Amino acid sequence: MNLISTPLLAQADPASAGAAPSMERVPTVSERAAEALQHGIWGAAFYIVIGLVAVLIVVSVLGLVMSYIERKVAGHFQCRLGPMRVGPHGILQSLADGIKLLFKEGIEPGHGDKVIFIGAPIFSITATILLLAIVPVAPGIQVVDMNVGVVYIAAVSGIGVMGILMGGWSSDNKWSLLGAMRAGAQMISYEISLTIAILVVVMFSGTLRVSEIIESQQQGWWIWRGHGVAIVAFCLYLIASTAELNRTPFDLPEGESELTGGYHTEYSGLRFSFFFLAEFANLFVFSALATTFFLGGWLPFHIGDYEGFNRVMDILPPVISPLFWFGIKCTALIFLLMWFRWTFPRLRMDQLMRLEWKVLLPFGFANLILAATVVLTGLYFFPTAT
Amino acid sequence: MDYLFVFLFVCLGVAMVLGGILASYLLAPRNPTKVKQSPYECGEETIGSSSINFNVAYYLFAILFLVFDVEAAFLFPWAVVLRELGIIGLIEVLMFVLVLVVGLVYAWKKGVLEWES
Repeated sequence: MNLISTPLLAQADPASAGAAPSMERVPTVSERAAEALQHGIWGAAFYIVIGLVAVLIVVSVLGLVMSYIERKVAGHFQCRLGPMRVGPHGILQSLADGIKLLFKEGIEPGHGDKVIFIGAPIFSITATILLLAIVPVAPGIQVVDMNVGVVYIAAVSGIGVMGILMGGWSSDNKWSLLGAMRAGAQMISYEISLTIAILVVVMFSGTLRVSEIIESQQQGWWIWRGHGVAIVAFCLYLIASTAELNRTPFDLPEGESELTGGYHTEYSGLRFSFFFLAEFANLFVFSALATTFFLGGWLPFHIGDYEGFNRVMDILPPVISPLFWFGIKCTALIFLLMWFRWTFPRLRMDQLMRLEWKVLLPFGFANLILAATVVLTGLYFFPTAT
Repeated sequence: MDYLFVFLFVCLGVAMVLGGILASYLLAPRNPTKVKQSPYECGEETIGSSSINFNVAYYLFAILFLVFDVEAAFLFPWAVVLRELGIIGLIEVLMFVLVLVVGLVYAWKKGVLEWES
């Protein structure tokens, strides 16, 4: 398992160390592939193909499902019905949209940089796929689970900015350029707050491996156990991830009323759909990661060693339970992010930058130091093993 | 094996987009005209080049970001072994963060964080 963090935890934090070995570790797809490699190349190839195909399907299905949910939620928030025509309650609407986009002409701008224009969606979609690979849905339902998982997340999520900057720059369009510059400034600024919020959880759990962060929350999710600092970190994470996703109230890069489409103004047909796909898959990824870090991932709602209550929460059979709990937390967060969109008005560029650099960043650092003192003094809830 | 997967996922991303472009090349109509390829500006004729000057503030924020993001990267190992380092580690990190906060305050006072300047 993890060479660095486990022994440290064992001597420093009896809570997490006591909880971790009690559960059998289910190997991820990548670990299964590594194991199969010892018996022959074909077994490993089988698992590799499973991993790749699974992520490919998840990206496509997420794009379809999320755009449908988004439109339905938007509709009902405005006392409309949303899409109703294609299929029962319009569930085939996004599929029809996808087919339509496939048959649309992909217009290339006359003067733009063609290579970068084609390359931009590659960067966007690759960043999303790489992030999806590490999302822990349930024990074993995770493609890669590396020992530097959190650093990997921080590193890979930065690639998405490249795609947007490249797309806006190469389009030879003023809207696109302005949208891309705004997106770049916004996404890199809020990335700092995002990282600092995640750092709080890393401190609490003492590991960078995503599945171990979840296992460390057996006694209770970090948002409850963290004595307030985790709640502040969770709010920071939510705000920063909304900005990273370019969603309202931080949707300046593609504010329709001022920049038409922002960085993807000149993209049409299937090329546009890749930006679209990446954006919706990212919505899922950031919600799933918030679930992992703060809400205990696939773990059911437990309160310390309160046996009676915990047993009621464990009532689901062990196969369904992780999927159910992960699904319900993740869906709730996605709904919350969609709710934001119909609640807050869009910020102005100077307000956006002031919020990050003068409010969130100092707050984030103060919270980080406070969290370190909380961890060192052992002040968080349920510090002992049952 | 994890990093082989990462490499394969990068390939998958490239293949997905190139495959999509190939599919639309085969399926979608292609009829580029001069008007269609001109920059879209809500129906107005574009005046001048699209490579316009933009606000220098973007650049300043990018530099500030670089400093703080590298700092966050330095904080990761500390956060993992926080319990083992104890109070000494916290004090050291406090000094490290303090130096950067002084930088932020300096930038703040200099007006770098003001969008209008």
